[in-house]
Amino acid sequence: MSTEENSFEAPLVELRRRIEELEGYPEGSGHRQELEQLHHSLKKTTKEIFGRLTPWQKTLVARHFDRPYTLDYVQHLTTDWQEIHGDRAFGEDPSVVAGLATFRGKSVAIIGHQKGRGTKERIHRNFGQPRPEGYRKALRVMRLAERFRLPVITLIDTPGAYPGIGAEERGQAEAIARNLIEMADLEVPIVAVITGEGGSGGALALGVGNRVYMLEYSIYSVISPEGCAAILWKDQTKKSEAARALKLTAPDLRQLGVVDGVIAEPPGGAHTDIETVCRDVGETIAKALQELEGMSAEELIADRYRKFRALGAFAG
Amino acid sequence: MPWFKKTKKPKPVRSERPRSKVPEGLWVKCEGCKEVIYSKELERSAKICPKCGYHFRIDAMERISSLLDEGYEELYDDIRPADPLAFKDTKAYRDRLKAYQRKLDLYDGLFVLKGSVEKSPVILAVMNYQFMGGSMGSVVGEKITLAAEAALEQQRPLIIVSASGGARMQEGILSLMQMGKISAALAKLRRAHLPYISILTDPTTGGVTASFAMLGDLNIAEPGALIGFAGPRVIEQTIRQSLPEGFQRSEFLLAKGFLDMVVPRTEMKSTVARCLRHLAA
Repeated sequence: MSTEENSFEAPLVELRRRIEELEGYPEGSGHRQELEQLHHSLKKTTKEIFGRLTPWQKTLVARHFDRPYTLDYVQHLTTDWQEIHGDRAFGEDPSVVAGLATFRGKSVAIIGHQKGRGTKERIHRNFGQPRPEGYRKALRVMRLAERFRLPVITLIDTPGAYPGIGAEERGQAEAIARNLIEMADLEVPIVAVITGEGGSGGALALGVGNRVYMLEYSIYSVISPEGCAAILWKDQTKKSEAARALKLTAPDLRQLGVVDGVIAEPPGGAHTDIETVCRDVGETIAKALQELEGMSAEELIADRYRKFRALGAFAG
Repeated sequence: MPWFKKTKKPKPVRSERPRSKVPEGLWVKCEGCKEVIYSKELERSAKICPKCGYHFRIDAMERISSLLDEGYEELYDDIRPADPLAFKDTKAYRDRLKAYQRKLDLYDGLFVLKGSVEKSPVILAVMNYQFMGGSMGSVVGEKITLAAEAALEQQRPLIIVSASGGARMQEGILSLMQMGKISAALAKLRRAHLPYISILTDPTTGGVTASFAMLGDLNIAEPGALIGFAGPRVIEQTIRQSLPEGFQRSEFLLAKGFLDMVVPRTEMKSTVARCLRHLAA
């Protein structure tokens, strides 16, 4: 991530560096007091900075390269993970991962975007921008879950569906549309969590859940701030204004009734304490699944309909 | 500070086709074959070029009368847009809305009608591209959902004619959610074994294509319509090369297997009626 963009984080990075340095000193070298001070100052500065993040800065946190991704949640929250590949039609899309796992003693299906770490893996996973095969794999695994009565957990973190020639040729629009109607009709519980970037249709294609939650510094939007700035302001540099206007932060979405809850992040963002974030996401999912557990297929479908039917603002 | 400044200009992108509205005047130049056509002749031929078959865009009212038998009724015409985000870019959304409302004498960009196609009763929804590029906000989403619910309640087939640039940015996430809302309503229709015919016209892109426009029991397009998820400019900017001729046009989508048929405007009504006779007997 570019240093200029993330400059609001710079004082924290420096403090963390100094702490790490001091921690490397041998015991009894008289640095204990300084270390304590630094820890205190890190806590305070983090609180200050993250207490007044702008929507654009939150967007940058949501896109942070160290942010936990789907496979991190899988690793921290589940056992017995078995990944499933391919759409049985054209190919395998590594920007979506899907599989079966044991979550709190029960089998579940987990489907999520995966951005990849490091340049090589990022390219391999297409920066988390799925092609139609990714959505079709996701749907195939949802159907599998339905057949075997397993709840579905989706984790959303994508800049958006990939806008390429091949993706268009193979029906990107159809693949997304298909997931929307099939998820609406799925006979098992679906719990969705937006963990990073909720990039438009490419995010919603995994997002038609009975319950939808967002991490505190994640975003969910009809268009990226850059895209919106380019179209409406005709000026890409107005992304900060666009981010504000779009109301894309977690508290905004809670207020608009789009998400059922916001999961708090540690003061420095999810990437500074992955274990805690995974635990809290796990708690939220577990509670949601418990609420949905006794519902029949018809009730689950009606529940999802009620949820989405209510969204929108108009007069008359 | 970089030592060198980028001096290369970004590659020029293909400009969008000019709006093919028939201008006031006696003669019109066809966008397809560049021939000059007598405008009265164009009116007589359903705004299809008599020389090359190019389909000029038509407005929602013309569309409605081209599809429905006489004696239809408009539904839900009192639903008006709100401004849930208090959205403002270079201009306030509220003011943009007012300008369109005044110009077109409409609240928003969609008509819902109860009528019949060659005596088959239907519920018809028609998007209006002239209203903010046919963009889908809460009103469009709500009215299409109401149309689907009316179809369900009255046991009528549903037809939606799309013409839209996609979700409306000015209503933010609520516009995106309309995709989920409409798709869920279509799922209900499907469960009730009621036919839904999607008619795609120029242009149908973004969140409209990626939801109801691609979910028809039958997907029918007019010839030469631009249909896609990402707009051509976005794709060109992403892949940094120009797109092949005919990419994302109806005939291309037919060849790729995403449309059931491409039907000229003059045959659309009889084709829809024939399909309904088979599916909704």
